[in-house]
Amino acid sequence: MSSTPIRHTALDALHRSLGATMTDFAGWDMPLRYGSERDEHNAVRTRAGLFDLSHMGEITVSGPEASALLNHALVGNLASVGVGRARYTMICQEDGGILDDLIVYRLGDTEFMVVANASNAQVVLDALVERSAGFDAVVRDDRDAYALIAVQGPESPGILASLTDAGLDGLKYYAGLPGTVAGVPALIARTGYTGEDGFELFVKPEHAVELWQALTKAGEGVGLVPCGLSCRDTLRLEAGMPLYGHELSTSLTPFDAGLGRVVKFEKEGDFVGRGALEEAAARSRENPPRVLVGLVAEGRRVPRAGYAVVAGGEVIGEVTSGAPSPTLGKPIAMAYVDAAHAAPGTAGVGVDIRGSHEPYEVVALPFYKRQK
Amino acid sequence: MSNPQQLRYSKEHEWLSGAEDGVSTVGITEHAANALGDVVFVQLPEVGDTVAAGETCGELESTKSVSDLYSPVAGEVTEVNEDVVNDPSLVNSAPFEGGWLFKVRVAEEPGDLLSADEYTAFSAG
Repeated sequence: MSSTPIRHTALDALHRSLGATMTDFAGWDMPLRYGSERDEHNAVRTRAGLFDLSHMGEITVSGPEASALLNHALVGNLASVGVGRARYTMICQEDGGILDDLIVYRLGDTEFMVVANASNAQVVLDALVERSAGFDAVVRDDRDAYALIAVQGPESPGILASLTDAGLDGLKYYAGLPGTVAGVPALIARTGYTGEDGFELFVKPEHAVELWQALTKAGEGVGLVPCGLSCRDTLRLEAGMPLYGHELSTSLTPFDAGLGRVVKFEKEGDFVGRGALEEAAARSRENPPRVLVGLVAEGRRVPRAGYAVVAGGEVIGEVTSGAPSPTLGKPIAMAYVDAAHAAPGTAGVGVDIRGSHEPYEVVALPFYKRQK
Repeated sequence: MSNPQQLRYSKEHEWLSGAEDGVSTVGITEHAANALGDVVFVQLPEVGDTVAAGETCGELESTKSVSDLYSPVAGEVTEVNEDVVNDPSLVNSAPFEGGWLFKVRVAEEPGDLLSADEYTAFSAG
C-alpha cells in the first residue's frame, strides 16, 4: 500500500458536478466515465469529446545544450525536430528496456517540453536529471505547472477555431504553438491518443475550469461530450496505439514492441541504450521475437490483458490489451504472438478466455484508421 | 437511484421478484449495472439448469471487467431473457425491467435477502 495521498486535478470539482465515476489512475483521482463509455467513445469518433489529462507529466528541458541532452537521454533524434513540432519517442534503460514512451514538443531553439505518462513521470524526471550531468541544460519538473485538456474528434477543429485566433489550418498533426484559447494562454498542440484529429491544450491549472467551460459551451451545438479514461483506452486500442504497462515495459525494447523505427542510430553522439538496442535491432531482423498483432473476436467474449493466445493447443502469445470495440462491434485485442502465427489471417488462433478457447482472427494494426 | 419496493435483494446485487406460481425473476440492480459500466456480453444459465443460492450461474462482461453472476435463490431455471443475450445493453438501460436475466422455480430461499430500503442502505455503504 502506498501512503502517498491521492492527487486531484484542477478540474476535480467540475468532474464531480458532472456526475463522473472516478477512478484511481497512477495516484490520481481521474474520471473513468461520465455516463456510458460507449457513447463517449462514439462521440469522439463522430463528433467530439473533451478529456482532462492533467495527470500527464510535463518536464521542461531548456538551455543551450537542451537538444544535445535529449539526444543523449532519449532514443529519438530530437535535435532534428523543428521549433513548433512534436515527436513521439521513448526513453530506454542501458539494457534497451523501455522506461516510458513520450511526446516531446520543441517550444524554441533551446526549450523542449517532455510529456511522460502519469505512472512514469517521476522515473522519467529522475532519469533526465541524472542524464543531464555534463550538459549545459536544465531539467525542470513542471508537473504542477500545467493542466492538460484534450478536445478530440472530427468537430474539434471547428470548436477550437471558435475560441482562438491561432492559425489552426497551418497547425499540422504533431505540431504545437503558443496561443490564446477563450482568453486563456495555452500551448495548442495537434496531438492526441484517440486516432482522431484533435488538440491538446496545456494551460495553467488556475485556467483549467474556465477553458473546460468555454470548450463545453462552444461544443454544445455539435455534440461534444465530456469523456473519461475508459473510452480513451478503447479509442487508443482501436487506433493500435501502445499503452505503457500493457504493450510497453522495461522488459521489452522498442524493437520487441514493433516500434524500432523510433530508435535513431544515425543521430550524432552516443545515447543511453545504444549498444543494447543495436543488438536488439539485429536480433529482431534475424530471429524475430514475438510480434505485436491485432486480434478480432468472432464471438462476443472479451479478451483481457494477460490472457493466453493459443493455437493447436499450445500457448503462442499473450494478450496485452483487450476490450469490446464500439466501432467494430466486436471484441478486439492487441497481443504479442510468436512470429510463426503473426501473419494476418493465420488460421486456428484463439484466446483462452477463462478456460474456453474462443476463435480470433489475426489482423494488422490498427483496427481503425480515420478517413482524412 | 431507486430500488423498486416490491423486489428483494441479495448482497451480490441481484434482485428477485415475488413468485408467480412459484417462479421468480432475477436481474441485477441498477447500482450493480452502473458499477459495471456498459455491459457487452452476458452468459446466462440454461433452461433446466439447477442453480444454488449464492453460487455462480453466469457471467456479465463489461468494457472494463468481467463479473460473475450469482443466483440469489436455489431452484430450476425456467426461462432466460434472450433479448438481453442479444442486446446486453438492456442490463444498463432497464435493469429492473427489460434487462431481467432469468426466471427460476424457487426451491429454497436464503434467509438473508434484503428489502428495498435495506438494500439501498447496503449499496450506499
